[in-house]
Amino acid sequence: MSGMNKQGRPTSFAESGGGAERTTFTGNKGLELEEPLIFERDTKGACGVDLDEPEGYQPKIGKFERKNRIGLPGLSEPEVVRHFVRLSSKNYSIDAGLYPLGSCTMKHNPRLNEKMARLPGFGDVHPLQPEQTVQGAMELIDTLAHWLKTLTGLPAVAMSPKAGAHGELCGMMAIRAAIEAKGEGEQRRRVLVPESAHGTNPATAALLGYKVDTIKGDGNGRVDLEALREKLGPDVAAIMLTNPNTCGLFERDIIDIAKAVHEAGAYFYCDGANFNAIVGRVRPGDLGVDAMHINLHKTFSTPHGGGGPGAGPVVFSEALAPFVPLPYVVQKDGVYDLIETEDEAEADGTSPFGRMTAFHGQMGMFVRALAYMMSHGSDGLRQVAEDSVLNANYVLASLKDVMSASYEGPCMHEALFDDRFLKGTGVETLDFAKAMIDEGYHPMTMYFPLVVHGALLIEPTETESKQGIDLFIATLRDLVAATKSNDKERFSGAPHFAPRGRLDETAAARKPILRWQPEMPAQAAD
Amino acid sequence: MRYLPLTDTDRQEMLGVIGAKSVDELFRDVPEAARRDGLVDLPKRQGELEVERALSRMAAKNVAAGDVPFFVGAGAYRHHVPASVDHLIQRSEFLTSYTPYQPEVTQGTLQYLFEFQTQVAMLTGMEVANASMYDGSTACGEAVLMANRVTKRKKAVLSGTLHPQYAGVVHNLAEFADFALETMPPVLPGAAEDIVSRITDETSCVVVQTPGFFGELADLTPIAEAAHAKGALLVAVVPEIVSLGLVTPPGDMGADIVVGEGQSIGNGLNFGGPYVGLFATRQKYLRQMPGRLCGETLDSDGKRGFVLTLSTREQHIRREKATSNICTNSGLCCLAFTIHLSLLGEEGYTRLARINHANAAKLAEKLDAIEGVDVLNDAFFNEFTLRLQAPAKKVVDALAEKGVLGGVPASRLIHGDPSVENLLIVASTEINTDADRDAYAQALAETMKEVL
Repeated sequence: MSGMNKQGRPTSFAESGGGAERTTFTGNKGLELEEPLIFERDTKGACGVDLDEPEGYQPKIGKFERKNRIGLPGLSEPEVVRHFVRLSSKNYSIDAGLYPLGSCTMKHNPRLNEKMARLPGFGDVHPLQPEQTVQGAMELIDTLAHWLKTLTGLPAVAMSPKAGAHGELCGMMAIRAAIEAKGEGEQRRRVLVPESAHGTNPATAALLGYKVDTIKGDGNGRVDLEALREKLGPDVAAIMLTNPNTCGLFERDIIDIAKAVHEAGAYFYCDGANFNAIVGRVRPGDLGVDAMHINLHKTFSTPHGGGGPGAGPVVFSEALAPFVPLPYVVQKDGVYDLIETEDEAEADGTSPFGRMTAFHGQMGMFVRALAYMMSHGSDGLRQVAEDSVLNANYVLASLKDVMSASYEGPCMHEALFDDRFLKGTGVETLDFAKAMIDEGYHPMTMYFPLVVHGALLIEPTETESKQGIDLFIATLRDLVAATKSNDKERFSGAPHFAPRGRLDETAAARKPILRWQPEMPAQAAD
Repeated sequence: MRYLPLTDTDRQEMLGVIGAKSVDELFRDVPEAARRDGLVDLPKRQGELEVERALSRMAAKNVAAGDVPFFVGAGAYRHHVPASVDHLIQRSEFLTSYTPYQPEVTQGTLQYLFEFQTQVAMLTGMEVANASMYDGSTACGEAVLMANRVTKRKKAVLSGTLHPQYAGVVHNLAEFADFALETMPPVLPGAAEDIVSRITDETSCVVVQTPGFFGELADLTPIAEAAHAKGALLVAVVPEIVSLGLVTPPGDMGADIVVGEGQSIGNGLNFGGPYVGLFATRQKYLRQMPGRLCGETLDSDGKRGFVLTLSTREQHIRREKATSNICTNSGLCCLAFTIHLSLLGEEGYTRLARINHANAAKLAEKLDAIEGVDVLNDAFFNEFTLRLQAPAKKVVDALAEKGVLGGVPASRLIHGDPSVENLLIVASTEINTDADRDAYAQALAETMKEVL
């Protein structure tokens, strides 16, 4: 029997007589371990640290001493470690498998970068130490700034923004400051945003009080240059455009777009989320970009960490360079200096628009990004762009006969499909994506961009091998074939093999439970 | 290149499938004028050893806090982080996971966010907390924007107790998001601030920090009462979250929004970032709260699970109508916070706070005895202000020469105000030993002799 090994032990699940319905006493399923909330693991008197009660001091706390118990649970170190290890086992990760989220650039995160960020000279340095004691930290920031400026062909950079959206805010603030310096602040109140834009673009413009005006696409996934020209006028402050765009396409007319925008007296903000596709091959400065944020957690591989921390430095053109916010690092005769005040900036010949955050930005992310850049070098970074584009086009070419590609290729670093191939199958984009979970893959980006119906946006990144991508392609082809079979449960009930089935998001929003509550009032427990 | 798996053979095969002769063909949509044939002017690839060597050289040029008696605070604090924290946050499943938009395969992230929200609400004495912001200063800015939305007013009052760079962030937002600000001058320990008289029917919120920038603890209750009487909110800012293990939380003093810097728990100094912004409020303001929220629900089998929720407030759904443009939280930093706080528990956290206070109290007593040095504070937690008979910057530089990082001169953050020139802000946490305190006192005494 083919299902038996030499010892006669059954090798397949069906033959072992087991079934998916089997339950266990603990609720665990082998390595899949259930874990309660940390608050439900409370043992009175347990503690995960050894600290001695302080002695020999005169309290200076005044009348401000806390009166109530906080309610934190007590656990020993092994219990805490086990809790979080068990939680970790319920997560998908790029280290474990392909994570093809379009526009998110989930690539390999080298551990060298983690090690470098933890060097005491970087990780254990206070932002307000005397400047003579942090020359190496400023050198690192200045070096990273040099790499970013060189790769983008733009002369200035604001390092402090804490994430992509924060970078957008910074870039748009600089644009508004430049417009106000020209005395056109009252007049220019409109910002143009293509319909395919990330949600952060209109949200950022709106936060600054701009009226958001949507530009139609050309029907082929790109901005319609003529539609854009019609929208331009003396009341337009800026255009916010992603390039390569969220359909995974390079905006062919981008130089003409930039020209038209500049002729209208407006500025060109580029969302740099997709810089990975062109790094080392195309410099945004050569495209006429005035400001662009760079998601260090995408292109330069600082870990996504389950949703942050990110980092979003913004590069600026000559026109916007004087408005770069505080603080920034300058170097004179080998000595680094932190420009932290308006007076210092004035002496340096700039007029910063303000300050984005306390301190100097995401230093921990800077170290990781620079380690990544130095490892790749100019040649490796160019290869990053080429391999990421090659991998995406390979996916596109290998699937377009069975899935519906939204636009004619070639694509850049991500391949966009819509749900036409699911028509009549009763399977929707969401079901298709959830079935991928059962096959061991994280779903692609779904229902974004909004310009195509039921979007499936696949970004494999350059750190996937051909062998890995071939299996991914074969898996998707098998799933597509299955949508046309009678086994609809494979999709409608998916995922079947994840730590949790589909979660009731409507119930979560209708009656939000946002924290754990003790069953008895805390006072009663005392 | 060690991070790139494709071989030249792979590339050729793949180009064949695509039907392209070369990779250049795939870039044909790039306008000719912008195509670059050669490499950009930067160094070429390097092996792990070379990169490590170069970056280690840079790092070695800095004075690491752990190598010297260290007393620097003013919004970032050096605490001991247990080894298991840094180990756990480096697990692949946490480190290399994305935002938990697919809850079936990200319950790990979602559950710790739920635990984090609960912990933050508990510490601050509030009802709900979000899944974190970028840092304390940006959380402070978002709190003011939220108060403007809640009250439909456009004028905030900033106390002189507020960290000047936090105030800078709010100023920046005020300028660009078009709301008015009244900023009180720095308020030194012992001096009273008449902020109550500034609250009018047009005030959206009053922003007060505790412990204040100069370390002084404040009673927020009368300010909260005055604000509420005029329909305004009280925003309380807590830059040192360890303080809440010993002092009354803002939630018990009438605060409507509490924001804070969570770096002290679980996170290193990192030269200013990444940190973790804490944001908590009352249940009734929930729908005006910015940032990510994680909620409890059930899955298709009726098992408890967690999801991101109330995302109809957020930019990816609401676009220009969102409550904030924020997309990320500070995921891994809040994980570090949650793990460290779980290790501490009620007993450890409150004791840690007492140790911090004890160390600061002992240090204050020692330094106050030095000629030309006066401690200004009446009530403080782990940070206090010295008035020196010399410019503080000069003293701090001289101390650094002697191998002691002695604090932050107020003039570094408050510019063009001669009245703060001689003020030095000093922090002491559990990391400081008797030997550190002796070294500091000796170096300061010597320095004062030299400069007087």
